[in-house]
Amino acid sequence: MVDPLAQGVRDGEPRAIARAITLVEEGGPEGLALLAALAGVVGRAHRVGVTGPPGVGKSTLVAALARAWRTAGRRVGIVAVDPTSPFTGGALLGDRVRMGAHFGDPGVFIRSLASRGAQGGVSLATHDVADVLDAGGFDPVVVETVGVGQGEVAIAGVADTVVVVVAPGHGDGVQAMKGGVLEAADLVVVNQADRDGAEGLAAELRAAIELRETGVRPPVLLATATKGTGVEALRDAIDGHRRGLEAPPGDGALRGTGGGADLVGRRASRAEARIRDAVDRARSAAFWSGRAAALAGWVELVVGGRATVAEAASRLVEDPPPAPPRRPPEPRP
Amino acid sequence: MSPVPTAPAVPRPIRVLVAKAGLDGHDRGAKVVASALRDAGFEVIYTGLRQTPEMIAEAALQEDVDVVGLSIHSGAHMTLFPRVVALLRERGLGHVVVTGGGIIPPADAKALEAVGVGRLFGPGTPTRDLVEYLRSTVAERRAARAAGPVR
Repeated sequence: MVDPLAQGVRDGEPRAIARAITLVEEGGPEGLALLAALAGVVGRAHRVGVTGPPGVGKSTLVAALARAWRTAGRRVGIVAVDPTSPFTGGALLGDRVRMGAHFGDPGVFIRSLASRGAQGGVSLATHDVADVLDAGGFDPVVVETVGVGQGEVAIAGVADTVVVVVAPGHGDGVQAMKGGVLEAADLVVVNQADRDGAEGLAAELRAAIELRETGVRPPVLLATATKGTGVEALRDAIDGHRRGLEAPPGDGALRGTGGGADLVGRRASRAEARIRDAVDRARSAAFWSGRAAALAGWVELVVGGRATVAEAASRLVEDPPPAPPRRPPEPRP
Repeated sequence: MSPVPTAPAVPRPIRVLVAKAGLDGHDRGAKVVASALRDAGFEVIYTGLRQTPEMIAEAALQEDVDVVGLSIHSGAHMTLFPRVVALLRERGLGHVVVTGGGIIPPADAKALEAVGVGRLFGPGTPTRDLVEYLRSTVAERRAARAAGPVR
């Protein structure tokens, strides 16, 4: 069943790609076999991550960028991630509202993804979904994340080029600098640049970036996605960043803003993170199976103030599996 | 050697595309339904106003949804629903449940059912009814699809 589907993906057949994404998102055996069958053709696409706080116009900007890439004859894959409700498991995926202009264009494949419990604005399956679009011949593949706040930089692991979008009136620039999101940026875009305070925000961001002693110093661009202003320049800057990553070391003229982390290096660290992540999750699942009762016992003790979280954790780790005590063990001698 | 899952194997939520077809601008009903379905644990892809049947079918294909829900208040339901059904079938998406709501006389609903449209829900229907209908219908269609020769 998987082989014709893999072939359909490689042929760029939209229905096969759509079905393949569903399977890899599920993470079952069929999806895994499919990813294995596609492994040889993954890695051609430029992976672009777009992130930033809610309400700064990320979807609109991604749609405008897609238009600019279409003008240049590129086929664009878009993965738009929105949060899953932790309470119901449901999700309202609204990014398409801002991308309406592309519906019906087979050169733009948009897939809405619910985060399904993952942290950092990126669904656990985001990499795999991006891999399918990559194998389907879309290049670039743009991953748009939930509006991340401070300290959530999972986007950096998904992309060759990370674009951080900010807008005037969404918290001051200094606040944005704290989070670590800007540190992950290869390019910073001040969107909604027709609004008051855009120039000031850009200047503030540039000044803060100048102060940085180490790491990447991303350029700050201005754009107004709703009007298309500055979008072609942004597209060119994103393409230029990718060329910089590919340029041979020492070729200073072509070097982008990659700060020395070339494409191979970025992809190696991405692969490493994905392997670690998969191992962690497999080990975690194996660890917790058969320990539900032990966990419940410790929860009771911790809530009752008779044990600390650290004690519970170390005893759970040390106790041989499966050791579900009927009665919780005595926590303190 | 058994492969390690790179994503957690969780039961796939029901995916629904909610669209406003036609030229009327009344999207309150569509938004209420979208929120209710999310609260029922569905993944709802909301596409906004003034979608053509072609746009709806193409989005349904890319998103690999189980259900297309149309809100139509313009009176054009007798053309829009059959058109969406036809375009979905053209794309090999005959398994997708097409449902919706709006002011639709019972006789029209019956005629639409005959061309492959699912149950339609008028104003004031408890969203619970819609949720139950979709849970059972999608379960049947997924089972049939899994058993069938075409993936």
